[in-house]
Amino acid sequence: MTRTVPSTDPANHPAVARLPGWLLMPGLAWLGIFFFIPLLLVLVISFAARGTYGGVEWTFSLTSYANLIDPLYLTIFVRSLTLAVATTALCLLLGFPMAYYMARTPLRWQAIWLLMIMIPFWTNFLVRTYAWMFILRTEGLMNTLLMDVGLIASPIEILYSDVAVLIGLVYGYLPFMVLPLYAALARLDFSVVEAAWDLYASGWGVFWRVVLPLTKPGVIAGCILVCIPSLGAFITPDLLGGAKTMMVGNLIQHEYLVVRDWPFGSAISFVLMGVVLLGMMGYLKVEGVWRERI
Amino acid sequence: MTGNSVEVRDVVKCHGTTLAVDHLSLEVRRGEFFSILGPSGSGKTTTLRLLAGFERPDRGEILIEGRSMRDVPPNLRPVNLVFQTYALFPHLTVFGNIAFGLEMRRIARAEIEARVHAALDMVKLGGKHDRLPSQLSGGEQQRVALARALVNRPAVVLLDEPLGALDQQLRQEMQVELKTIQERVGITFVCVTHHQEEALTMSDRVAVMDHGRLLQIGSPQDIYESPASAFVANFIGVSNRLTGRVAAVTAARCTVSVPDLPAILAQRPVGVTEGGRVTVVLRPERLHLSRDVHQNGFDNAVPVRIDKTVYNGNEMQYLLRLSDSVLWKVRVPNSGANQKRFLTGEAVFVRWNADEGVVLTE
Repeated sequence: MTRTVPSTDPANHPAVARLPGWLLMPGLAWLGIFFFIPLLLVLVISFAARGTYGGVEWTFSLTSYANLIDPLYLTIFVRSLTLAVATTALCLLLGFPMAYYMARTPLRWQAIWLLMIMIPFWTNFLVRTYAWMFILRTEGLMNTLLMDVGLIASPIEILYSDVAVLIGLVYGYLPFMVLPLYAALARLDFSVVEAAWDLYASGWGVFWRVVLPLTKPGVIAGCILVCIPSLGAFITPDLLGGAKTMMVGNLIQHEYLVVRDWPFGSAISFVLMGVVLLGMMGYLKVEGVWRERI
Repeated sequence: MTGNSVEVRDVVKCHGTTLAVDHLSLEVRRGEFFSILGPSGSGKTTTLRLLAGFERPDRGEILIEGRSMRDVPPNLRPVNLVFQTYALFPHLTVFGNIAFGLEMRRIARAEIEARVHAALDMVKLGGKHDRLPSQLSGGEQQRVALARALVNRPAVVLLDEPLGALDQQLRQEMQVELKTIQERVGITFVCVTHHQEEALTMSDRVAVMDHGRLLQIGSPQDIYESPASAFVANFIGVSNRLTGRVAAVTAARCTVSVPDLPAILAQRPVGVTEGGRVTVVLRPERLHLSRDVHQNGFDNAVPVRIDKTVYNGNEMQYLLRLSDSVLWKVRVPNSGANQKRFLTGEAVFVRWNADEGVVLTE
């Protein structure tokens, strides 16, 4: 009997699998020195006290964490979470049809579309966000155009609001959603889609029962790649949200660089990390239950 | 009920600038095993996809169970396709795969269970309902694909090269089994294949296609014994050919003169007169080899040289050179150790009766 699925499990190719142990070392060393040790430092600082004139006083203290229990900070956390989730949802909604279209065009066109998705990365993110300020300003491109066409009578005050931040975040992170989705959809065997269609599934049926389950790894990767960075974003809310729409990223930046309260900034960072970790674990748990039920 | 399951009426389908299906008309009777046979690029797969609804005809019409399929999408057609690559849902179990069509039609759970298990039994996969497709062998996947179509009790099951991905032995077993299953369920099967043996073994009727056109339609015997053209003769099995001019005619026979060879006696095709060009087509298993020059009851005896001999276990195959430009193949069944064998390079005679050949006019 022949297996039709080619073996990609390295365990089936022991001669090849034995080699690459040392390949891990440079990357691990880099991460250890430049990520893990600084992270530990931040953790330690979060339990220290703030010096009178900034800086860190090396005494154990839970003050920073206690300070966090304040409705003001809770509001910022909730706003950040809401914006991050909304950004992810919008990116998924816009990105899926886009990635689906890309994966179904002839290969030559796929390359062109991929290039188009990448082009924004050639320009500095800060510059691109400034461009959005020009578009969204009261007398900016959007309002001028809409008023010229006659759709609105007076300009929409959209800059320096949550909506402006949302627009900026979706714009900034859409490629991070499209790329993994595209990778998943390009791997999808479209004869399976035809099979579902042939087996009485409507367009939605095909999508929910076949396309989505088979591209779920891409959906999850895209959501993680969009949700986590937008949760910690600070350039976009800083420029498009102004002083009114502070997100956690701005708060951390503010505590470190303006207030110079390093322990408090560190504490916020760790709470943010905790929230992300809890979210991930919760997701994995739900996913596990779901998988067992099938 | 009798009548036609499928009617294809003057259908034209272009792919870009190539004519994939060229004014095709055919009818498939209810309950029959119908095969469309042709080489790649003959338009047979396009025809199947037109029936399934994945492609729309540029011209003409398709009727299934008497109902026009114009603007009817695949999910609303009473047909199910068994894909060449099976196209099983990798994330669903065998049960989930087979139940898919029933679930989409919102059949009650209890009935789904019963029908899926009956379908599994029919394809001899009972007990494997909780496997994933990746845990099955190629042959088992093929059976799941078949069950996934049959379980819906469609008017027509479409099969795209159903046995193409199986190895030779499994393929021969499945040919018989597929036909048995088809007869048991009584559903119309329309099968596309490039494999002539498969088409002849399984089908009630065969349509031969090439370059988008229907060349011949008929029972396996018709197609094999009386090919309507040189292409059909060549495509269905190995055929030996001689082209020449008609030198003399009687009521039922004609004499064909071929350069460098003795006159050949053959059946007289309708309408052929003296001087007409004809091609005599002969099957390798209908020819007899002998060292004896005498005709001994055979109508024809042509001197040949043996170019090559192939021992094939159950038979000997000889490649014969009749003239500089004509090479023939002859098969001699292996009848035991005492059988006389011919040697490469030997000069012998190939003999046959006038009735054995098919004579094609141009």
